[in-house]
Amino acid sequence: MREAEPGPVIIVDGLTARFGEETILEKISFEVYRGEILCIVGGSGCGKSTLLKHMIGLLRPAVGRVLVGGVDITAADDEQVNLIRKKIGVLFQSDALLASMTLGENVGLPLDGFAGLAPRTVQLIVRMKLGMVNLGGYENHYPAELSGGMRKRGGLARAIALDPQILFFDEPSAGLDPVNTAELETLIRGINTGLGTTMVIVSHQVELVLRIADRVMMIDSEEKGIIATGTPDELRLSASDPRVRNFLFRSDTERGEGRA
Amino acid sequence: MKMTVSEPGYTLTHSEEGGGLVLTLSGRISVEDADRLLTDMEAVLSEQRVGSVQIDLADVSYIDSAGVLTFFRLEDQIRQKGSDYGYTHVPSRIRGIMALIGRAGLEKPPLRSERTHEGIIETVGDAGFKVYCDFKALMTFLGDLLAAVVYLSGHLREVRWGDVLFYMRRTGAEGFPIVGLISLLIGLIIAFMSSLQLKQFGANIYVASLVSLAIVRELGPIMTAILVAGRSASAYAAEIGTMTINDEVDALVTMGFDPIRFLAVPKLIATAIVLPLLTLYSDLFGIAGGLIVGVVGLDLTPYTYLQESQRTITLFYLLSSLLKALVFAFVIAWIGCQRGFQVRGGVAAVGAATTSAVVTSILLIVIVDSVFAVVLHYVG
Repeated sequence: MREAEPGPVIIVDGLTARFGEETILEKISFEVYRGEILCIVGGSGCGKSTLLKHMIGLLRPAVGRVLVGGVDITAADDEQVNLIRKKIGVLFQSDALLASMTLGENVGLPLDGFAGLAPRTVQLIVRMKLGMVNLGGYENHYPAELSGGMRKRGGLARAIALDPQILFFDEPSAGLDPVNTAELETLIRGINTGLGTTMVIVSHQVELVLRIADRVMMIDSEEKGIIATGTPDELRLSASDPRVRNFLFRSDTERGEGRA
Repeated sequence: MKMTVSEPGYTLTHSEEGGGLVLTLSGRISVEDADRLLTDMEAVLSEQRVGSVQIDLADVSYIDSAGVLTFFRLEDQIRQKGSDYGYTHVPSRIRGIMALIGRAGLEKPPLRSERTHEGIIETVGDAGFKVYCDFKALMTFLGDLLAAVVYLSGHLREVRWGDVLFYMRRTGAEGFPIVGLISLLIGLIIAFMSSLQLKQFGANIYVASLVSLAIVRELGPIMTAILVAGRSASAYAAEIGTMTINDEVDALVTMGFDPIRFLAVPKLIATAIVLPLLTLYSDLFGIAGGLIVGVVGLDLTPYTYLQESQRTITLFYLLSSLLKALVFAFVIAWIGCQRGFQVRGGVAAVGAATTSAVVTSILLIVIVDSVFAVVLHYVG
C-alpha cells in the first residue's frame, strides 16, 4: 500500500548521456507515473541500458537532471542518493546474485540496513519474498546451484526485499525460455498489482513488452532520443514511423502482407 | 550501513467490543516497525483475555509486506490459543499485499538444511578426501597433458605457434624487468651478508664464489620459478577458468578441438622455452648484484670477482640449473592449466582457482627442488 504523493515518481529532464566524445542520448525528457509499467524499447546499442543506469544513479548525465521521488539524484550528495536507493529495486540482466552467498543471504542483504530487526523476522521476510517469486525452500541454495530462470526470480526477490516504490528491470527475460518468461511476467504483474510498485522495464523482447506495458517508449540510436511513446494500443493504431512499426509490430505487418 | 528508527510511524489503540478485542492501527507501518509492532500487539493481548481479535486497518496510510507479515505472525499466535482472528476495514491495497504473500511458504522448511559446523573427525576426513580427489584430478590432467604433448610432437603443424609466441611474450618478455630487479637485489643481499662474516677472516674473495654458487645452483632457478608461478600460473588458471564458465571450452570441444592441445600445450611450450632463459638472466643479475657489493664494499676488482665466479660455476651446475627450470616450467603450466579447467560455477570459483594455482605450483616447485638437491648431490 503506497502513500499518496502527487506528481510523477520519476522525471527525466533534458538528459544528455555521453561516453567520452560519443553522445549516446541527447536531450531526453519524459516522466514515469505512480504504479505504471513503463517499457523502454529500442534496438541494440540505442542507449536503453545507459538511460536505466542514469535513472538509478549509477551514471551521471553530461547535461540534464533525473528526479526520483522529487530528489534530483544528479545533484544530490551520496547520503541522499543512498536514501533514494532504499526506495528502488533493480533486477539486473545477469541477476547479479552474489555467488558466495546463499539465496536467502542474498535476499536478506537489503535488510542489513535495519539494525533492529530480529533474526527470526529477517528469516520470515526472506521466506515471504522467496515465496512471492515461487522459490520457497531454496534459501540455503547457492546461485550456482539454480537454473537461469530461478536465479532471475531470486534476483527479483532481492530487488523487492524492501517493497521498493520503483522497480527497474534491465532485460528481465534475457536468456529465459518462454515458460520462464511467462512466469516472470506473471510475477511482475503480481508485484505491480499487489505492492503497487512503479516499474521501468528495459527490454527488446517485443512480445513481453506489448503484453505487460502500460506505456511503451521507443528510443532510436540515430535520433539519440525518444521517437515514440504511448500505450501499446495507441502505438499500434497511430504510430506511422516505419522504425516504430518495424520494431514493435513487425509480426502484424508480416501477417498483413501474408494475407495480401 | 545501519539504520535505526527511534519513533514508530504507527499508532496502536485497543478497545473491547461485544466480548472481543479490537486493535486499531493508524499511520505508517514499514519494515523498520515490524518487530516493534509485533511486540506492542503481543503486550496488549497479554493483558486481555478475549474470545476474538479484530484488527481495524481503516486509518493505515502506508504498509509494506513486512508490516502485513507481522499481522500473519500475530494471527498464528492467536489461533494457536484457540481464539478467533479477523480484519476489518481492509483497504484494497492491503488485500493485494495479503494475496501476494503465500502463507503456506512462510513455514515451509528449507529444501536443504543450513550449513552446520562439522566435528573435527568429519573436518579432517573431508579435508583428506578433498586432497585425494585433488591429487587424482592433478594426475589425470598430467596424463592428458603428456598425451597431448606426445601427440603434438608428431604433429608439429597442429601446434598453435602463434599462441606460443604470445605466451612467450607474456610470460617471458613481460617478466624480464621484475626477475632482473629481484635477482639483482638478492645477489646484493647475499654478498653483503656473507661479506660481514668473511671479512673477519680476510676471505673477501670467497664472496664471489658463494654468491655465484648460491645463485646458479639454487636461488636463480627457484626464485625465477616462483615469480613466474605468481605471474603466469595465476594468469593461466584465470584465463582458462573464465573460458570454462563462459562455455568457451565446451564450444572448442563441439568444434572438434581438444581443449588441452588447444589451450594448455601452447602455454606449456612457451613456459618451457622462456623459463630457462629467464633463469639464465636471473643468474646473471644475481652475480651482478654480488659484483656491486664486491667492487664497492670489498675492494675487489671486477675482473677478480668475475674470474672467481667463473671458476666456481661449472658446466654441470649451469646445465642442472637449466634442467630444473625446465621441470619447474612444466609444473607451472601443468598446475595453472589444470586449475583453470577445474573451475565450476561462477566467478568466485575463478578466484579460488587462481589462488590455488599459485599456491600449488609453488609448493610443487619447492618439493621438486628438494628432490633435485638430493639427486644432484649424488650425481654431481
